[in-house]
Amino acid sequence: MIVISGGTLIDPSAQREGEYDLLLEGATIKDVQKRGSFSELKSVRIIDARGKWVTPGFVDLHVHLREPGFEWKETIKSGAEAAVLGGYTSICCMPNTRPTNDCAEIAKFILDRGRNTGLARVLPIGSISKALQGKEMSPLSELKSAGCVAFSDDGEPIWDAGLMRRSLEWCLMLDLPISCHEEDKHLSCGGCMNESGLSTRLGLKGIPGVAEDVMIARDIELARFTGGRVHICHVSTARGTELIRRAKADGIRISAEATPHHIVLTEEAIGEYDTNCKMSPPLRGEADRLGVLAGLKDGTIDALASDHAPHERDSKEVEFAKASFGILGLQTSLPLLLDFVRQGAISRMRAIEALSTGPAKAFKLNAGRLVAGAPADITIIDPDYSWTFRKEVVRSLSLNSPFIGRQMRGIADTVVVEGRVVVDGQRLISQGA
Amino acid sequence: MPRHLLGIEGMSREELLQYLDNAEHFIEVSGRDIKKVPALRGKTIVNLFLEPSTRTRSSFEIAGKRLSADTINISGSESSVVKGETLLDTAKNLEAMAPDVLVIRHRESGAPHFLARRLKTTAVVNAGDGAHEHPTQALLDLLTLKIHFSKLGRDISGLKVAIVGDVRHSRVARSNLWAHRLLGNKVTFVGPPTLVPGEFRDSSIFGNNLHLEADLARGIEGADVIICLRMQLERQSEHFVPSLEEYSHEYCVSERVLSRYAPNSVVLHPGPANRGTEVSSEVLDGPRSLVSEQVTHGVAVRMAVLFTLAAGSPSTNQEQQV
Repeated sequence: MIVISGGTLIDPSAQREGEYDLLLEGATIKDVQKRGSFSELKSVRIIDARGKWVTPGFVDLHVHLREPGFEWKETIKSGAEAAVLGGYTSICCMPNTRPTNDCAEIAKFILDRGRNTGLARVLPIGSISKALQGKEMSPLSELKSAGCVAFSDDGEPIWDAGLMRRSLEWCLMLDLPISCHEEDKHLSCGGCMNESGLSTRLGLKGIPGVAEDVMIARDIELARFTGGRVHICHVSTARGTELIRRAKADGIRISAEATPHHIVLTEEAIGEYDTNCKMSPPLRGEADRLGVLAGLKDGTIDALASDHAPHERDSKEVEFAKASFGILGLQTSLPLLLDFVRQGAISRMRAIEALSTGPAKAFKLNAGRLVAGAPADITIIDPDYSWTFRKEVVRSLSLNSPFIGRQMRGIADTVVVEGRVVVDGQRLISQGA
Repeated sequence: MPRHLLGIEGMSREELLQYLDNAEHFIEVSGRDIKKVPALRGKTIVNLFLEPSTRTRSSFEIAGKRLSADTINISGSESSVVKGETLLDTAKNLEAMAPDVLVIRHRESGAPHFLARRLKTTAVVNAGDGAHEHPTQALLDLLTLKIHFSKLGRDISGLKVAIVGDVRHSRVARSNLWAHRLLGNKVTFVGPPTLVPGEFRDSSIFGNNLHLEADLARGIEGADVIICLRMQLERQSEHFVPSLEEYSHEYCVSERVLSRYAPNSVVLHPGPANRGTEVSSEVLDGPRSLVSEQVTHGVAVRMAVLFTLAAGSPSTNQEQQV
């Protein structure tokens, strides 16, 4: 048994915040009581959380682990290591591997590899269409049986509205969400950054915000029409956020995520063609940044998702238009979000919710709660720890992050997955796999 | 650290005028019997042209040779890039042979900037990057205007400039915009909204002296200078124009429209021109056209640029030895 004692407990699922201790037994939370309640217990391991925040383990709805197929960029193991160091206890990995995660064999491979790391729970997202081609539907039932928690063709929008409709309808039976990368490729048209005065100045092809908005609008209507569950990936526009807000008010079954980079950075960060600021959707202007942030604050956007997208140096050390899209995210989400808490832009409870309870609810995962009977997935945050995100700190196999060199405040000090301590005093505890 | 010429944006007015002064002195060299000065003897200039170009490449080559530099040309089809080598590797290999200047033309915006940040000893000259900048084109346009208007007793400040056509994809339009902005000139971009995007209205980036106009007559009205841009044939298939015929019906710069709305204007074109599409032959071959002067002055401008960057340290003393 483990007792986590002396910390400030923050549980968005119960809207509980205060001086509570946790008792863990095996892989589950056995009890939550006022501070000191478990001090009489014998032969327990005590984790001293004084001065720290005890929160549900973080859940990331959107990561790319690159295995199988692109193991030089990231592996399930290196990704899971980066995840727990960032405070994540569950990560949902996108299916754009090679081969695509479009059948039970691949899903099981990913689950096995994930389980073997003994670190964060690795939860595969199956593809909606076979090989992400947008043509034939993947065997969604088989993928669910294998352990997939959602479906997505991330990186590729579902261009065929008929396929989207039928997938949503099929998923009514499975009760799983369709997670959508929203981009009208005829509007983005080979663009590589936000379409704006800046893209016009730099002579780079732009991706207008409306390329995202029109697809969000379409999928809201399809969700309304079918009654299916739709999840909007990495919302980057104020208008898209507003569409989701209205859809929720209409009672449509919709959830959404935003990335740390879209609420921290604007397109200005590109400077003179910095490819570490190239991602899809692109960094937008200040009005969009504020619009997305407001959505995260008021709950329109349920979850902060890292869209962790490792790429080797060679695919970024090229001309801007040729560079790969995407940046690392797992190890930087927490401190970047805490900056907003310190500024008063977002409440502490809401921030923790966006990292844990919010995403867990969006995908109906058994996570994100610090109550008796829940899985013992816990993140203990040292909110004031100052550190620099240096290359040496990066646990991923890739280094593509615009935040390298940035001063950070706040870190995951201790992380517990299924009752096992996997990060202890900021250090990864090898699980012998 | 070598200095580079990557764009007009960010350049000071003094620097711009200095280039023009230097270039004006170099015009005379091309008129001599022996068209050569020893200014860059022993210097090596590599022209790396990864996008088709006749005019700009030969202009840089001739400029280098007239300064007595050793110049070599590499074009896309004969470079290792076709064998899959990255741009950075190509440039680093060239740098290992100790050239003084690397002149680069590349289809991607920012490619020269990318190299300039990574090369250690080589000065980089942007000879056109994507839809971003083409600084020597803007300089030669200005030199042409300077010489023309000085004959009329006018300065190149205070001009009304209309840039007509496919501004969206034009590095010439952008470099000219920055250049004319430095000189305090009013610039109007003229063309259909598909090719003159509203993003240019962002005055925090482009300033308050830029105007957009969809109507050709209104756009050129009273202009001193008309810069015609090349209309690329593939724009039709990309839905930027319904057809080239329809485009030219609305936007072809003809003598009829010029004599009515900008009777005193001169006409520039960066070439290669599509006669009858963006500009009529009557204009191109007529008395308003400064097109062949542009080409002549292009050599002088590139001599000035190469001299400034290759002649050693960037001290003003050396710059003034022209």
